[in-house]
Amino acid sequence: MTILVIAEHDHASLKAATLNTVAAAVKIGGDVHVLVAGANCAAAAQAAAALQGVAKVKVADAAHYASQTAENLTALVLANAAGYSHILAPATTFGKNLLPRVAALLDVAQISEITGVESADTFVRPIYAGNALATVKSADAVKVITVRTTAFDAVDAGNSAEIESIAAAADTGLCTLTNRELTKSERPELGAAKIIVSGGRGLGSGENYHQLLEPLADKLGAALGASRAAVDAGFVPNDYQVGQTGKIVAPQLYIAVGISGAIQHLAGMKESKVIVAINKDPDAPIFQVADYGLVGDLFELVPQLVGAVG
Amino acid sequence: MKILVPVKRVIDYNVKVRVKADGSGVDLANVKMSMNPFDEIAIEEAVRLKEAGIATEVIAVSCGVAACQETLRTAMAIGADRGILVETDVELQPLAVAKLLKALCDQEQPQIVICGKQAIDDDANQTGQMLAALQGWPQATFASKLVIADGKATVTREIDGGLETLQISLPAVVSTDLRLNEPRYATLPNIMKAKKKPLATVKPADLGVDVAPRLSTLKVAEPAKRSAGIRVADVAELVSKLKNEAKVI
Ligand SMILES: Cc1cc2nc3c(=O)[nH]c(=O)nc-3n(C[C@H](O)[C@H](O)[C@H](O)COP(=O)(O)OP(=O)(O)OC[C@H]3O[C@@H](n4cnc5c(N)ncnc54)[C@H](O)[C@@H]3O)c2cc1C
Ligand SMILES: Nc1ncnc2c1ncn2[C@@H]1O[C@H](COP(=O)(O)O)[C@@H](O)[C@H]1O
Repeated sequence: MTILVIAEHDHASLKAATLNTVAAAVKIGGDVHVLVAGANCAAAAQAAAALQGVAKVKVADAAHYASQTAENLTALVLANAAGYSHILAPATTFGKNLLPRVAALLDVAQISEITGVESADTFVRPIYAGNALATVKSADAVKVITVRTTAFDAVDAGNSAEIESIAAAADTGLCTLTNRELTKSERPELGAAKIIVSGGRGLGSGENYHQLLEPLADKLGAALGASRAAVDAGFVPNDYQVGQTGKIVAPQLYIAVGISGAIQHLAGMKESKVIVAINKDPDAPIFQVADYGLVGDLFELVPQLVGAVG
Repeated sequence: MKILVPVKRVIDYNVKVRVKADGSGVDLANVKMSMNPFDEIAIEEAVRLKEAGIATEVIAVSCGVAACQETLRTAMAIGADRGILVETDVELQPLAVAKLLKALCDQEQPQIVICGKQAIDDDANQTGQMLAALQGWPQATFASKLVIADGKATVTREIDGGLETLQISLPAVVSTDLRLNEPRYATLPNIMKAKKKPLATVKPADLGVDVAPRLSTLKVAEPAKRSAGIRVADVAELVSKLKNEAKVI
């Protein structure tokens, strides 16, 4: 049994989600290979070779992998799929975009966002916004799987696996990336942060969001997150959204400020170790999952909290 | 230019989902069903393209039990011109739906398929990408902006780090994210009108598609409940708990 993990990277380094995905592969068992497809991506390949549990890294380095389009990556994965029992990618926007394309052309089902490995063909995955956990068994020859990163602890570095160069597949020419605007931030990445301060509609405006929550995040070294309502209202960019259809997070501490706790939001953060909720409505559903609930006006409480954690 | 929009009938997003006691699935008896929210956004986008004179016809497709007709009527009340029901009682998984949609695309020759990024019941997030793959078409998933001009689509996508813009040739598949638009409410006159719009029914066998599921569900369980926490009186107590009890700051 040999498993292929598709690395998510920015050519120079691996995304943290790749480390969790390798961990899931190790859990399934067998040899683990990592595919790094990029443009000038030797550094990312080196990083993959250093991961514990990885037996081999396959690198395809070509200009048309710079933009990481699903069309071009799919062609490469398919050309190299023979011999693999499982093909894994993180359940990030990268993996979600790519892997169903691979699965369809292999004529196999995809098992989305697994949170558990029961055996080589049986996996646990959340459905209905995490309100139910399904155990599913695949009858397909190849198991194509995306991995919920928060469910698997990242593997460590300290390995030096073999690195093999492989030929790039032809450029499909189907899709051109014309622009990418990444949110610039000095803060930790949402998916990897130990502490997250998250704000909802209760903040009232983008200005309030930043004025109130940034000092708290600064003090705690936290990442900033948001509810859908806060994103829709334009307080913060889309990539702040935590939830069923946004990012799934599981930090040590999640502080929900002015968030009511709709099931779609809870789906993205209820695996956090400790949850704090600040909300003026004592009946807000967020309090049903909060370890520590503080009822009151966030405009008074958040500045007090900034003062008190110092 | 035709646009095809797949719409799925799912449990309403406001319903509190309950797992059946025997672990065989989720209780759907007497539960409110609605159109998958992302598919409402997809229909809205297609109808706007028609209103803008870019599209000529919007075809809604739903795959599943006979009751999916209701979902198609909703799509037609928003503004789809006609509906196609692919009727089956078999549990449909995304690969099967993608194959059904492929067969319909071969018949209808749409220039764009706009689907939802994710169905809120299976949370699979697969069907659109699979359809694009089977057709050999480009895809633009998680769209928050769609512009069509000169036989190309320019699509802004919501990705983990922010936004990116792709240019893709048509035909193509686009999947919707929440910020693409705000769907209109279907007005009563439009609901009445929708009842008269054409709705065709076909079976998977008519389309030559084997829809047998590839994944079998062994059991469905309720997730572990979080134990109830406490209310703290003030910020000082909160900070003390976080430092001394939870030890997270
Ligand atoms: C298909 C679909 C997908 C979705 N996906 C997501 C998702 O991924 N993530 C997500 O978050 N949501 C998602 N939603 C939306 C979700 O259903 C809720 O609408 C949303 O989470 C509400 O955001 P909120 O809690 O910020 O706003 P509200 O529900 O309006 O809550 C605001 C809260 O702030 C409190 N408040 C107001 N003023 C103050 C004050 N001065 N001091 C203290 N508290 C105050 C209020 O008491 C209230 O509880 C989705 C919905 C759909 C239909
Ligand atoms: N049974 C179905 N009938 C019609 N459209 C569907 C069906 N299943 C999935 N889709 C479409 O595919 C999208 C993604 O669904 P999924 O891959 O199941 O998360 C949905 O938002 C719909 O647009």
